[in-house]
Amino acid sequence: MGYSLPTTAWPSSYGEHARARKGFFTDTSVCIGCKACEVACKEWNDVPARNGAQPAYFTGESYDNTIDLGADTWRHVAFVEQRKALDVDDGMGMSLAEAAALEGMARSEGLATYQDGEGMRWLMASDVCKHCTHAACLEVCPTGSLFRTEFGTVVVQEDICNGCGYCVPACPFGVLDQRQDDGRVWKCTLCYDRLKDDKEPACAQACPTNSIQYGDLDELRERADERLQQLTDAGLEQARLYGADDQDGVGGFGAFFLLLDEPEAYHLPPDPVDTTRDLGGIYRATAAAAVALVAGLTAAVLGGRR
Amino acid sequence: MPGLGTSFGRGGATTFQQDLQNSDCILIMGSNMAEQHPVGFQWVIEAKERGAKVIHVDPRYTRTSAMADLHVPIRGGTDIAFLGGLARYILENDRDFREYVRHYTNAHVIIKDGYQGPEAQPDDVGAAQASEAGSRAGGKPTGLFSGWQADEQLYRIDTWGYAGTSGETAGGGKVQAADVSGEQAHGAHGVNLDRGEPPQVDFDLEHPNCVFQILRRHFARYTPEMVADVCGVPEEQFVRVAEWLCDNSGRERTSAFVYAVGWTQHTHGVQNIRAASIVQLLLGNIGRPGGGIMALRGHANIQGSTDIPTLYNILPGYIPMPHPQQTPTLATFVEKNGPKTGAWGSLDTYMTSLLKAWFGEAATAENDFCFNHLPRIDGDHSIYPTMVRMIEGQCKGLFAVGQNPVVGSANARLQREALSSLEWLVVRDLAEIETASFWYDSPEIEAGETSPEQIGTEIFFLPAASHTEKDGTFTNTQRLLQWHHKAVESPEDCRSELHFMYHLGKRIKARVEGSTDPIDRPILDVTWDYPTQGPDDEPDAEAVLQEIGGRHADGSYVGKYQELAADGSTACGSWIHAGIYNDGENQTARKKPHTEQNWIAPEWGWAWPSNRHILYNRASADPEGNPWSERKRYVWWSAEEGKWQSVGDDVDFPPTKAPDYVPEEDAEGMAAMRGTNPFILHPDGLGWLYAPTGLVDGPLPTHYEPHESPVDNALYGQRANPTRQEFDREDNPYHPPGSDVFPFVLSTYRLTEHHTAGGMSRTLPYLAELQPELFVEVSPELAQERGLRHADWATIVTARTAIEARVMVTDRVRPMTIGSHPPRTVHQVGLPYHWGRNGIAKGDAANELVSMVLDLNVHIAEYKVLTCDVRPGRRPRGKDLTAYVEGYRRRAGVLHEARHPGD
Repeated sequence: MGYSLPTTAWPSSYGEHARARKGFFTDTSVCIGCKACEVACKEWNDVPARNGAQPAYFTGESYDNTIDLGADTWRHVAFVEQRKALDVDDGMGMSLAEAAALEGMARSEGLATYQDGEGMRWLMASDVCKHCTHAACLEVCPTGSLFRTEFGTVVVQEDICNGCGYCVPACPFGVLDQRQDDGRVWKCTLCYDRLKDDKEPACAQACPTNSIQYGDLDELRERADERLQQLTDAGLEQARLYGADDQDGVGGFGAFFLLLDEPEAYHLPPDPVDTTRDLGGIYRATAAAAVALVAGLTAAVLGGRR
Repeated sequence: MPGLGTSFGRGGATTFQQDLQNSDCILIMGSNMAEQHPVGFQWVIEAKERGAKVIHVDPRYTRTSAMADLHVPIRGGTDIAFLGGLARYILENDRDFREYVRHYTNAHVIIKDGYQGPEAQPDDVGAAQASEAGSRAGGKPTGLFSGWQADEQLYRIDTWGYAGTSGETAGGGKVQAADVSGEQAHGAHGVNLDRGEPPQVDFDLEHPNCVFQILRRHFARYTPEMVADVCGVPEEQFVRVAEWLCDNSGRERTSAFVYAVGWTQHTHGVQNIRAASIVQLLLGNIGRPGGGIMALRGHANIQGSTDIPTLYNILPGYIPMPHPQQTPTLATFVEKNGPKTGAWGSLDTYMTSLLKAWFGEAATAENDFCFNHLPRIDGDHSIYPTMVRMIEGQCKGLFAVGQNPVVGSANARLQREALSSLEWLVVRDLAEIETASFWYDSPEIEAGETSPEQIGTEIFFLPAASHTEKDGTFTNTQRLLQWHHKAVESPEDCRSELHFMYHLGKRIKARVEGSTDPIDRPILDVTWDYPTQGPDDEPDAEAVLQEIGGRHADGSYVGKYQELAADGSTACGSWIHAGIYNDGENQTARKKPHTEQNWIAPEWGWAWPSNRHILYNRASADPEGNPWSERKRYVWWSAEEGKWQSVGDDVDFPPTKAPDYVPEEDAEGMAAMRGTNPFILHPDGLGWLYAPTGLVDGPLPTHYEPHESPVDNALYGQRANPTRQEFDREDNPYHPPGSDVFPFVLSTYRLTEHHTAGGMSRTLPYLAELQPELFVEVSPELAQERGLRHADWATIVTARTAIEARVMVTDRVRPMTIGSHPPRTVHQVGLPYHWGRNGIAKGDAANELVSMVLDLNVHIAEYKVLTCDVRPGRRPRGKDLTAYVEGYRRRAGVLHEARHPGD
């Protein structure tokens, strides 16, 4: 196992009760946008639908009418329509090799599909709480409602959350969200209750194309590396893993992704940072500034006495 | 499914979805598989991962296109031009799998001299035929086959037959032509051949009237340029599709076709499937792993509802419904409907066993096994003509069971008019659907045209149990039956269909008890005694399954359909399901995981017939019985063991019939099948490139424009399918061809998030929120032309009415450029049809816009192509709406008269 992603509380605090760190590998290259994950998640976790006072409406955002992760949406499928101008026929100022490469790329990506030579692509991706290695939400939670489970996942305990909302701005992805009529924070638990029974999370089980894969994080990372290699070999040069790097700003995700374009294309932050990462430095700088201020004031006062 | 039935023998998918993983190329056309069959689509993804090419041909770029290697946008309704183009490309470039074609198809059969195809010039055709069509066509070929009766608007098909056979299959009047279902149900009838051999053949495929040469002439003008002109598909894109398919077919490789209602819901829907069948036979892809035609049925049990039919013209197992005059006795029925050769040669055993299952002890050899208890069909009793009959006061009651016609059927307004004319209506559904509530809430009531006081129909809404609340089977798209166990008690007074039908039957029987009136005899005689259980007397669904699967006289279960007898010693409710309770085990309830058996998974559920997964799989071996290649090994002959072997599927061929078997003189039934003939349901054992009988609109598919189309037929004088079934009524107005008042092509379709007419999804919060509102998909170009704003409202208008929807401006819909002198642009508009006035997600129903015009073969409406106008803003309300639509009708010159001959 090439990877071990210890978090602050896992596995050390669990001792012999610690389990292998679990996570999701969401391979968006095979997502067909069926939204079975959204529905299965809501069914299993009894997440309310958006009807009644604030009913759902046609958003115009392609086939996406849930728009974002939130207290009532723990899995969310993004739909990104892209039309790429690939003027393959226009060889002006382009070497034959370049033109051939562009043509090849267009074909391999299924882009050169329209009679006018313009390529169409419809990206679909199921988003979810990232279960960060360094989870700011958990760090800032004053009640201990947010905690690290024995599976290395991050879970909110609904009976402890007091609705203070500190975790909401702490999350670099905007996942944490307070429920309107309730005030408490709700998010993906990676189906903690199912994990305890050795069952896979509801979304992963419902996914018909295996776009959502659940398992030991180490193993998922290896699988993802292989898959990326396969796609890169097939000419999908923009394909990349997102959140599979333990050196990134949150120390890697427990639920990471294979994307076919830049994270921004999916409305994901390109370089997420644990918002508490620099707190130590900030405190030190603040303390230093305070010391300097006091010293200055003291000097001024003492100097004034002269 | 007569398209598949006439081509191969059975009206079902020739393969199963798991087999798609073995394909080297998959053409998805007339189907949005990723959205409508997302679970099965995993096998397309699997094939792609193994290196297969995936092609999606569709007017819109959908979630399926997003997963394909190539999306080919096509003008709606031009599939035959495209597929005919493929057939021509294969033939003219010698890319057919010649050995397969020569031996396994009827390419070598010589057709009667009198046959004339649609390429005939108007002058060649008898004066009575289509002279008007010719004169209107400006020198184009007629587009009509020989035998066209312009006065009766139907074909006499006696010239279409094999040379040397008698032509006794001509229909009577138009209605009868559609309803003498022996010819219609599965194409197996009407051809009687000695020893199963076509009388005149040419295995060199050179005789000018052999099917191979007829095919070449028929498709000669379907060139890539013509495909570009008609379909709007650029030549190089079309050629790429053709090359991919040809490169991935043959001994070593196989390609699969996938279709759904995008092919069937046309006035030439059956011929779309025929065209695909021809291409797949030419490429040698039927009966082989990774090949075949995967017909995707609309939802969970649609296949089951034709196998044990809810249709009016067939009995279980595709046995035709008896005709009142032609079949007075069981013997004449069998004589008329069963050819002597092939698997249908045993029709007497299937029919007798069915009668024994239904009438039990009462059915004896002396009384013809109660054959005359069966109702006879005297005309077209398909759903649309029946709705019209309600308006005319000839049909007084209706059971709508799991059916929401005022949302799901074409011309929703006419549907409501029909329901309003009834004396009584029973609606059984999970929620109060629009078909149950139309009497107090409908567009007509909103517009002030009618009111609840004026609707006299007595309506009974009976809540139904859902599938989790009852035992039973689903027959999925690939003929696979899967048992589902009751998981929870149904709430309150919700009951299963089985409960309702059984207890209704009990009450009817009680009503006639003791009657001596002969008309009550069938009701008294019918067996109706399933055991019941629980406080609500729920009938035992397994008892019904046992009856379907069949028993011998001693009570033991039938193992396979070959055990059925004509002497009354077996009872079997559906011969294609014989053996479903083999060894006393419910075969459909087997759920062994795929990880514990081979990839075919024969112990997961049960596929008819005889748990066969790939049909006609004898064709996966060459005529000598060896696999065509190691890579595509599936079924082969073992000379040592003297029987057929397979990789794990049931062999679709007599198990010990050697490849070199030749029938003796006077052989009948299966004995008349050569050891080389894989299509054992056909009297000649061949795949039918050319269908000499079975279809009302021609032995070969021919490009016709949809009934409503913005353009003329570029190929023929005949514009649209001459046999299409029209309803020339004021409440079902049609648009004139090429009308510039209705300039755009509209297609209706479905979304993953909703279920058909919405009864099972619009009421569910988790689904309703995913697609909360009706929307219309338009291209940026059309949006600019009409001033439509994204996410704002638009009004979509036809001569039927106008509805409103949110605007989705998207690059996924593109205007098509067609024709070359000069080129012109055709705008296409997409509209999902799930919405209605009830539930959580409310909206106008797209089927308010669609007219009733049908494919005469199967009476299916042309939901997939019609013309319309689109304007920005919401639709008018109340009486303003009536006036608005009336204005459109006036401007378009909408007529209600019968169409002109040749149109």
